[in-house]
Amino acid sequence: MAEGNVRHRDNCDPGRKCCGYCCTQIRNFSVKIGKTQILHDINLHLHCGELTALIGPNGAGKSTLLKAILGEVKHEGTIVFAGSGGESTGKPMVGYVPQQLEFDTAAPVSVKNLFSACIGRKPAFQKTSPKVTDKILECLGRVQAEGLIDKRLGALSGGELQRVLLALALEPVPQLLLMDEPVSGVDRKGLEVFYDIVSRVREKYDLTIILVSHDLDLVKKHADRVVLLNKTVILNGPPDVVYSDKRLHETFGLSEFINSDE
Amino acid sequence: MNHIYSLLDVILPFEWLSYDFMKNAFLAVLLITPIFGILGTIIVNNRMAFFSDALGHGAFTGIAIGSVIGFIQPIWSAIIFSIGFSILITIIKNKTKTSTDTVIGVFSSAAIAIGLVLVTSGGYNYNSYLVGDLLSISPKEVGALFILALIIIVLWILFYNKVLLVSVNISLARSRGINTLGVELAFTAIIAVAVTIVIQWVGLLIINSLLVLPAAAARNVSSNARQYNVMAILISFVSGLIGLILSYYLDTATGATIVIISAFIYFITLILRKRFA
Repeated sequence: MAEGNVRHRDNCDPGRKCCGYCCTQIRNFSVKIGKTQILHDINLHLHCGELTALIGPNGAGKSTLLKAILGEVKHEGTIVFAGSGGESTGKPMVGYVPQQLEFDTAAPVSVKNLFSACIGRKPAFQKTSPKVTDKILECLGRVQAEGLIDKRLGALSGGELQRVLLALALEPVPQLLLMDEPVSGVDRKGLEVFYDIVSRVREKYDLTIILVSHDLDLVKKHADRVVLLNKTVILNGPPDVVYSDKRLHETFGLSEFINSDE
Repeated sequence: MNHIYSLLDVILPFEWLSYDFMKNAFLAVLLITPIFGILGTIIVNNRMAFFSDALGHGAFTGIAIGSVIGFIQPIWSAIIFSIGFSILITIIKNKTKTSTDTVIGVFSSAAIAIGLVLVTSGGYNYNSYLVGDLLSISPKEVGALFILALIIIVLWILFYNKVLLVSVNISLARSRGINTLGVELAFTAIIAVAVTIVIQWVGLLIINSLLVLPAAAARNVSSNARQYNVMAILISFVSGLIGLILSYYLDTATGATIVIISAFIYFITLILRKRFA
């Protein structure tokens, strides 16, 4: 896991426009809702194939940042995706795995319906063509969830649903993948499986991933970069550096840091 | 129209279908129930039952305004008014933090009050819009219904996927590049038009049941979008047909009889529900 990312980091020359690898740049993001400044002066430079964990106390603006990147929340500043030569290719294609999909669990919508509504041309209530069915199975295969195709969304467990949503976010393969605490409400085993899949997907597709998480242990284990957010970027670096910085303790308050599983 | 009548005489030679007004009503049921069934599936998924009820009230106000203005057919003013009404509620619902229930409640009550004040001040007969009479539908109006049904079915096929995604989760739909406000506005406007046109024969008091009940029943016994749509159409049509026939023999209000049948079917599906959970 670490090898590829050391490569990315070593090649990063601040003097150059980009690092020689494709990357996503977030420049001067700020968000104001009403008169409240939620986020200000966010500058992030994220490389492909890197898993960036976004941590911070409640109300730090983590979810808001994701929503601003998605364009759901009004914001100032720009986001650009740059190819390996440093050439800007405009806004990145963004995939999104929401925190907890709030939906009507009694709704008669199957996993297949969800996918054919997204990728098929025919209305989802028609019979799915074999070609589209194969495509859906391929998508679900990326997260080892082929068996869930005919299940109703409301009948999935928390972990299964997250995997299905990840599969959906990966079709078409995005340049930037945003995940908002995708593991809350999932048991420990489901958690490990999910992180394994995320790591594999990142390597396979060379994705930039931003993951909002509260679980500081798992972040330490899996993330390549940790960004501590509290209204603005307070710390930004490899996990061991961020975790040993006393500002982390100050931001969270010591007690919360000890109870990191919360 | 005469061709259709004689065709009906040949394939459905029943006593209740021997009169022309019953043939018209039968054709209307054939057209209204499927489109109300499919529109209902998303209304129920989106928890919009109260909203569609308010649209009925908006339609009534529109008809009242049209009657007072006088120089255009009330139905046109009603369609324009209820589209505007649906757009206004949707936008305010999206912009404010007030609970949706409250927003809709306020608009719905204001609309019905304005409508009632207008019709009572003008001395118009508004009973037919409250209760409605399906048996009064004219051949020309059946033709209009046919066009309406055709338009809605085409839109349904073209935009179902987007509407479905928005109904699952708005953020998810937005992340797939769907203009969710646009979809919401278009969908509510379509319901507004359908409700406004059909309200003349079904009546304000029960029109919402035609939208909500078949879909609510279908939802109990289906586990994917295909079953849901097919069951909603089926339940809607069967209750429409049985209701029409019963109302003929029992001499009761057709719309209300239809609603009783679909409510009955709903309770049956509620019992069967566990098998499909």
